[in-house]
Amino acid sequence: MSDGMIEFRKEFFADERDDTLNEIGKPTRRQDILGHVTGRSPFYDDHLFQGLLHMRCARSPHHAARIRRIDTSEAERTPGVVRVLIGRDVPLNLNTLLSLLDFGIDDEPVLATDRVRYRGEPVAAVVADSEATARAAAAKVRVEWEVLPHVLDVEEAIRPGAPVVLDIYPGNRFIYHGKYDHQKLRYGDVEAALRAADHVVEGRYQMSPIEQAPIETCGAIAAPETNDRFVCYSSTQALFFSLATSSKLLRLPSSRLHFIGGTVGGGFGGKVDSIHEPLAILGAMLTGRPCKYMWDREEEMQVGAPRGAERWYISDGVMRDGRIVARKFVGYFDSGAYTRLSSYAIIKAVGHLPGPYTIPNVSADVSCVYTNRTPATAMRGFGITGVDFAIEAHMDKVAEVVGMNPIDFRILNAYRDGDMKAHRRSAKNCALIECCQVVAEKAGVQLSNAARTASSRQGGGGDRGRLPAHTALDQSGRVEGFDTGSYARKAGQRPATQHQVPAPVAARASPATQAASVQSRPRVEETRVAPSASQTTQQPAPPQQHPAPPSAPPRSGPIRFSSLSGFRRR
Amino acid sequence: MTPAVETYATLAEAARAMASGDGVYLAGGTLLMRAVNAGEVPRRIIRTTDRTLREIAPVGDAVRIGAGVTMVELLQNRELAFLHAAARQVGGPQIRAMGTVGGNLFAPHPYGDLAVALLALGARVVMAGQAGARPLADLLRDRARTGLVAAIECPRPRDARSFGFLKVSRVHPRGASVVSIGAHLPREGGRIRGARIAFGAMGAAPLQASAAERALEGQALDAAAIARAGAVAAQGIDPPSDSLASSWYRREVSGVHLRRLLESMERG
Amino acid sequence: MAKKPVTFTLNGTERAAFADPGQNLLDLLRRGVGDLTPKYGCAQGGCGACTVLIDGAPHLSCLVLGETVEGRAVETAAGLSGAALHPLQEAFMVHFAAQCGYCTPGMLMAAKALLDQTPKPTREEVEEAISGNLCRCTGYEPIIAAILSVANGSVRA
Ligand SMILES: Cc1cc2nc3c(=O)[nH]c(=O)nc-3n(C[C@H](O)[C@H](O)[C@H](O)COP(=O)(O)OP(=O)(O)OC[C@H]3O[C@@H](n4cnc5c(N)ncnc54)[C@H](O)[C@@H]3O)c2cc1C
Ligand code: FES
Ligand code: FES
Repeated sequence: MSDGMIEFRKEFFADERDDTLNEIGKPTRRQDILGHVTGRSPFYDDHLFQGLLHMRCARSPHHAARIRRIDTSEAERTPGVVRVLIGRDVPLNLNTLLSLLDFGIDDEPVLATDRVRYRGEPVAAVVADSEATARAAAAKVRVEWEVLPHVLDVEEAIRPGAPVVLDIYPGNRFIYHGKYDHQKLRYGDVEAALRAADHVVEGRYQMSPIEQAPIETCGAIAAPETNDRFVCYSSTQALFFSLATSSKLLRLPSSRLHFIGGTVGGGFGGKVDSIHEPLAILGAMLTGRPCKYMWDREEEMQVGAPRGAERWYISDGVMRDGRIVARKFVGYFDSGAYTRLSSYAIIKAVGHLPGPYTIPNVSADVSCVYTNRTPATAMRGFGITGVDFAIEAHMDKVAEVVGMNPIDFRILNAYRDGDMKAHRRSAKNCALIECCQVVAEKAGVQLSNAARTASSRQGGGGDRGRLPAHTALDQSGRVEGFDTGSYARKAGQRPATQHQVPAPVAARASPATQAASVQSRPRVEETRVAPSASQTTQQPAPPQQHPAPPSAPPRSGPIRFSSLSGFRRR
Repeated sequence: MTPAVETYATLAEAARAMASGDGVYLAGGTLLMRAVNAGEVPRRIIRTTDRTLREIAPVGDAVRIGAGVTMVELLQNRELAFLHAAARQVGGPQIRAMGTVGGNLFAPHPYGDLAVALLALGARVVMAGQAGARPLADLLRDRARTGLVAAIECPRPRDARSFGFLKVSRVHPRGASVVSIGAHLPREGGRIRGARIAFGAMGAAPLQASAAERALEGQALDAAAIARAGAVAAQGIDPPSDSLASSWYRREVSGVHLRRLLESMERG
Repeated sequence: MAKKPVTFTLNGTERAAFADPGQNLLDLLRRGVGDLTPKYGCAQGGCGACTVLIDGAPHLSCLVLGETVEGRAVETAAGLSGAALHPLQEAFMVHFAAQCGYCTPGMLMAAKALLDQTPKPTREEVEEAISGNLCRCTGYEPIIAAILSVANGSVRA
């Protein structure tokens, strides 16, 4: 086995890529490095403006509270303060980031007006002629709070009687496809396979929120231009997202917004939430002067959206010989007080399950749960990193139960080219086995003969490449009152309008009502697998020695995973 | 909201300006400017350019260190080699170039690593405009409105091996203290006489571990005495909880780290 | 409150500015003088992105009261290169020692402070010298390699 990356590519992906690539494997310079080493790369704060104003927010000290009154008069009287913004100054004071992609219900105000849902949520924005004045005046915004009960743990949040974070989600869970209070994955019959397994191994895994902690704090500077436009320099990682979000919230055609960005002082996913631009531009609109809204370090850490906390329960059914026959996930993403990107992170996570292994029966119920914590957002591999930690920790645990060395165990269960994955797409370019072999070699781990000679390109496909003959379906978590026609909209609702509280939702339906809804609504869209009469449990086919003949009965073809709208037939 | 900054040519003038009580003295600024940046702005900031604050001079068997001496200046002075281990552990290079000995006496938890060493050595502080010196331990007990420190007089340990310093932090080489420990154990005829052990990050300010001091007093520095000192290290001490360590954790590990320090001193 | 005139040299050139009361040097350099190379990362002394040299020693400009640089010599990353790049800049390019580049000006100044004093540092001395500077992107190894390569005279290795 060779060490070099290039050789590795040639060995395993020779037929996948042609050899006209002429940069990979050679050192090259970043195109922006000269700017970096001379200190001339223009970060958003590296633009000087005459008469720049500084914006700073007054924030909630409570996890949850009703706002009885906001009194900005003392802040306004502070010398140097030019303007104090509150929620009603924002033309459209309600948004969800992915509404631009018709994904989710507007749930988050730019400046809270009647309620706050996490500590640090902004209620007013002071615009002043210096940073120090803005800071001092923000401390003078008086808010009359009625403190409300709060919930900070995902499983407490979904218990009956838990404080409701967002009225539009009375069960404290995001609604998927307008139908379910969680994202489902059903592939084969997990419960039957667990019953048939030699061992069932369970595990609970949890990770805390992680702050991206870029060295450059998030922010934006906006200024009126002479052509009736506003220029906006931003730290955003998603310039056009920020542009469209600002356009939506400010009710300004995007042609009046001139966004400049692309030089980001570290993002890691934490600079996609378009929090700063709308307020900075609004400050510039309402004062006619350049306006900067920049978080200080404390804000970055307290209210900067982190990688959200996750909790995972995994149950594996495993045979004595080490083959995993079933894997069941129950997962909770802590979205914090608003949706931001967590709903989407879960779509990604579920598409990734059960990890890079071929397991014939897989199910997952993954909920995007609202709590009174800082809203979560993207961070490096979001949706994937957390559950991968859970999966790989669990793999070690299961390996121990069956008495195998964990690398042998991974190779035995690794997916191979041609295998069907749980999201109904066949695997190609697999390389887990080869990675494991390299790791074993480097770590001096003695592999079994079978593992040493295994290859991602052999033994896959055939029976392993077919969809399960039977997939067990259910209607747990079915909800009413949301529009199933659109991705995740509320019934009768159009984007960019104020929301109404929905009719009672069956989010916490009793088993009886759930059963009833199964009867009344047999149609199950997201798996699109024709129910089969067969009740046989899928057993994993051992890696096959000979290519299997094409499967006889025609089945639904693999379904393509589309990153936002879920599954589509190929 | 905006402070008045007053710069005086002499220490005496600065001390007089401080007397009214509404001014805050600016030394290296590593703590004071951090507060100013965060909006905690004093009405008056008082500073002096008096060079005498930067002087280091022997006085009898002690060394007089001007309050304005920075960590880097201290580290460049061979007379003060016994304090180098502690000074080297204060922040990163920039903090050491800026932060002063005087400021370190006022640093809130978990800071004040140099003060821990000075406390263990029985240093005394000289206040501007006052004759004589008072024990550092007194100043550390109540640091509010003390006036202006002109210098610190730190007794030189008679034997370099009788003084040890250890800082425990999670981030190397620059973290703040989980705990820091200074131990001065002068020996007469093989017995410890006048044991002084100081802890940092175990209270609002550096403090003495009196139970451990008593356990060592009059003893030889051997395994048994070390074990006893370690066992009682946190007695009577209620360490704070912060993002680095909980109170419980500090209480649990302080004795372990004290033992390790004493063992390394025993080995010499 | 009255602004205070401050005169100092910046990268060898005499400069004058008016400091607001309580204004830190970082802000004075950036907004008062227009040298945007020192960066804001925290204003708490925690990140080192604002590192400048004052009379040759590394300082956190966010914690220096602006008016106190009266008569002193301030160096920033803006002064590192003239017609040619400083060897440290070359080395940072070759060794991929910058990703987002935000920590880079401060990192370069911390490294310069070291090499000005200790032209042949050990790896430990390099680690110590940049221990007051955070980089969230690179993982430090390329930075350490870049600084050592200047000390070894092997930048172009
Ligand atoms: C990032 C960072 C890391 C740090 N790491 C450490 C560390 O590892 N260990 C550690 O011990 N400390 C650490 N500190 C704290 C601090 O830098 C040092 O304690 C330093 O010695 C303080 O000195 P200064 O001159 O900067 O104080 P200043 O900020 O100037 O003053 C601090 C306080 O002391 C008062 N004061 C200063 N001098 C006198 C005087 N002569 N008389 C009366 N009052 C006075 C001031 O009025 C002020 O209230 C750190 C600070 C930062 C920002
Ligand atoms: S901005 Fe000065 S240390 Fe972070
Ligand atoms: S290169 Fe991004 S912080 Fe260092």
